[in-house]
Amino acid sequence: MSYISLSDKDKKEMLARIGIKSLDDLYSCIPADLKLDRDLEVPQALTETELFRYFDTVAKKNTADSYRCFLGAGAYRHTIPAIVDYLSMRGEFISPYTPYQPELSQGTLQIIFEFQTLIAQLTEMDIANASLYDGASGAAEAVLMANRLTRKSKVLVAASVHPQYRGVIEAYVKNLELEIIEIGYDDSGRVNESELQSRLDEKTAAFVFQSPNFFGVIEDGEALSRRAHETNALSVFLIAEAVSMGILASPGSQGADIVTGEAQSFGMPLSFGGPYLGFMACAEQYLRQFPGRIAGETKDVDGKRGFVLTLSTREQHIRRERATSNICTNQAWCAVRAAIFMETLGAEGMREMARQNMQKARYALDRLTDISGVEARFSGPVFNEFVLQLERPLSEIQSVLEGHRIIGGLALDTWMPGFKNCLLVNVTEIHTRDDIDALAAALRTAAR
Amino acid sequence: MIREPLIFEISEEGKKAFTFPKPDVPDNDGIEQNVRLRKEIHGFPKVAEIEVVRHFTRLSKTNYCVDEGIYPLGSCTMKYNPKINEVVAGLAEFRNSHPLSPVSTVQGNLEALFTTEQLLAEITGMDAVSLQPSAGAQGEMVGIMLVKACLEDRGEKRTTVLIPDSAHGTNPSSAHLCGFKVREIKSNQFGTVDIDSLTEAMSEDVAALMVTNPNTLGIFEWDIKKIADIVHSKGGFVYMDGANMNALVGRCRPGDMGVDVIHLNLHKTFSTPHGGGGPGAGPVGVSRTLEPYLPVPLIRKVDGAFRLDEDRPKSIGRVRGFYGNFLVILKALAYILTHGPKGLREIADIAVLNSNYIRKSLEGLYHLKYASPSMHECVFSDALQKKHGISNLDIAKRLIDYDVHPPTMSFPLIVPGALMIEPTETESRRDLDFFIEAMTAIAREAEENPNLLKQAPHHTYVRRLDETAAARQPILKWTNGDRT
Repeated sequence: MSYISLSDKDKKEMLARIGIKSLDDLYSCIPADLKLDRDLEVPQALTETELFRYFDTVAKKNTADSYRCFLGAGAYRHTIPAIVDYLSMRGEFISPYTPYQPELSQGTLQIIFEFQTLIAQLTEMDIANASLYDGASGAAEAVLMANRLTRKSKVLVAASVHPQYRGVIEAYVKNLELEIIEIGYDDSGRVNESELQSRLDEKTAAFVFQSPNFFGVIEDGEALSRRAHETNALSVFLIAEAVSMGILASPGSQGADIVTGEAQSFGMPLSFGGPYLGFMACAEQYLRQFPGRIAGETKDVDGKRGFVLTLSTREQHIRRERATSNICTNQAWCAVRAAIFMETLGAEGMREMARQNMQKARYALDRLTDISGVEARFSGPVFNEFVLQLERPLSEIQSVLEGHRIIGGLALDTWMPGFKNCLLVNVTEIHTRDDIDALAAALRTAAR
Repeated sequence: MIREPLIFEISEEGKKAFTFPKPDVPDNDGIEQNVRLRKEIHGFPKVAEIEVVRHFTRLSKTNYCVDEGIYPLGSCTMKYNPKINEVVAGLAEFRNSHPLSPVSTVQGNLEALFTTEQLLAEITGMDAVSLQPSAGAQGEMVGIMLVKACLEDRGEKRTTVLIPDSAHGTNPSSAHLCGFKVREIKSNQFGTVDIDSLTEAMSEDVAALMVTNPNTLGIFEWDIKKIADIVHSKGGFVYMDGANMNALVGRCRPGDMGVDVIHLNLHKTFSTPHGGGGPGAGPVGVSRTLEPYLPVPLIRKVDGAFRLDEDRPKSIGRVRGFYGNFLVILKALAYILTHGPKGLREIADIAVLNSNYIRKSLEGLYHLKYASPSMHECVFSDALQKKHGISNLDIAKRLIDYDVHPPTMSFPLIVPGALMIEPTETESRRDLDFFIEAMTAIAREAEENPNLLKQAPHHTYVRRLDETAAARQPILKWTNGDRT
């Protein structure tokens, strides 16, 4: 199968116009010893029918779909209204590129502009960008941005930030002589404020925290921002579960300077981890150091409103090594999906969805901690995720749950060795009471 | 044409487009203690479902796309995106799988990733591949991080990365992100890396050379082996930007050229849709020497089962969450499997044929700064039109009137007024000829009626937009009445 649309006659005539005899002659500019003198060792070509059969076979080797699943930890299963797929799959959205020619790209540009507006409204920040790769790389970009803004090289990061986000921050800053210091948490699961206070000083560029944090606990963002501001550090507010913004006080209302996170929950299926959707917002005064593409409103020669990519002097194709980020291709199509998602749910839907997540998680937490041998690890308030401390070894419990076709959550010591027999459980609006009760029943058997 | 308003401008109290089922758990438990809640989301739209559908459908009609016609954006490889690839990547078992599912329940996903790694290693001639990077620029950054990690492991502290003046802006930006100084290498009169400048610049302080091959002029770096030898002789690494791999697939392999590390853009060579600016995927291929430093996790096959290998002490760590843009990777795998060995080579052959056909057809009408043979793209300029006061911008905007997406403009920087044309292999003769005829007509118009070009485009949804005003007084979001 091939997608070439030239006939043999076309090829012959085109070669003649160029003045060469064969396709091989097109490669006369490559030294002979570099030319591959064999076929690539890849499987023989498949037709569309065979290709479908192949992928269907591979897909069926996944059995995860047959479980009741309570995994979250930075990737969340949520409702996706039918029109998100329907509209986003249009060729006009999926097959163009970055809107370099605004006259031919008003659709993409206006949607990015609406996306920026929606993110600004949700976060209650001044401005938002067109997207970043994902929440984890967004966290790293925020740290770099804070460093550029303050010219200070010490960054405090809460230990309750998603471990992968912390990992990506570390990988990004390793070569840049930035110092990362971790700030612990207390029994509530919230940032240990006295430790934070003792570590903050005038050399600190930023304090980076996440809310709801990796344990699902909702931080007091206002108190944390205030602490950071006391020593002129920036407050960097991470959000791994964007749905929470539908009901929790916004980062902007809690004094955040830079907000970044993951908006996978807004219309992106779990997709085994990608593509997801990084977003970033900040106070307007930081615009010149803001990374990523930005769409702006302007007028055409007839005075009609239109949209363009703007402030590109921050970007790599103009500023090269002095750019605010190296990002070029971002996640535009995911931003289109998120815009459709948010506009469909609207103010009321976003709130209702968030409310149901919180409600169901509270119901689950109460039910599960009723079981003897199961306790809440932290006492702080939660959004749609929480940590259970189990008396019995987690591996044994997990195999009992598996017998009930349940994946109960993430074994926390996968990433955080200190958390023996701890399960991070996520509950969203998708989970029914029946799902939660089934988990409780299975856990009751297992925890005994 | 009527302007489609912003969704916020048609929002009305009391409208909604989606209803959640009533919660089936007790209502009174919902609100946590000691939590600040928000009362509402100010400004968020309230609209009916049909309004959302019409809004996005109307907006879609103001976009040009590959499904509509030739999109010869140089260096972006805007080829046809096969629809079956969307179908297979959309299979529920892939789409709904949680990235942290127990590995025994996602063997299909791991098999697909493993297979893609193997195939890309064979296609590039590299020893190992990581699929993690989210897009080309992140792939570049990872590539240079690997070099840095390896040098540090050897106890070497090199400070400089060499980059030809024709390189993509992401190259210097990525090198800078890894803490390197950038030194530019001049191109010679043939449009390739100047060997004398390289030799002179190469020292034991140089960590790597970042070279694009074919380069951004669409010219194959004939001396690539010599270039690699020069860099290696001083202990440096050769990083290849694989953005232009479409010219080489099945014909030659970076691994055989002395390249130590390469990134690929799956959204270019391997046809995954560009999505209006992503998501892409930027896998990195490396030689054995750099393998220990690849990002975690890697996919391993042990006794017939696949698992994730996180225990890699020398790894640079991770640059994003989870394993990469999985669904994008699936589409690239589908593309490779569709083509097979002969088909993959044909991709390159026809991409190069189409580009040379355009070059031959437009030579004389537009100025070609470098006479060296073209591969998958050719770079003309506006030098001939300048005398009529016409710039590459005017040419590009006039092309829009012919319902053709313009080529990449003003890049590479070493060609003033550049028009960088990459047709890709999937264009039909008819569409190639249509493009050539439009460009031919515009060359004539530039002489006879330059004003026609300066005012272009004439019939679009919006006409030329004031980009200066947009940057000077940025309006970056909608606000009710008063603007920020």
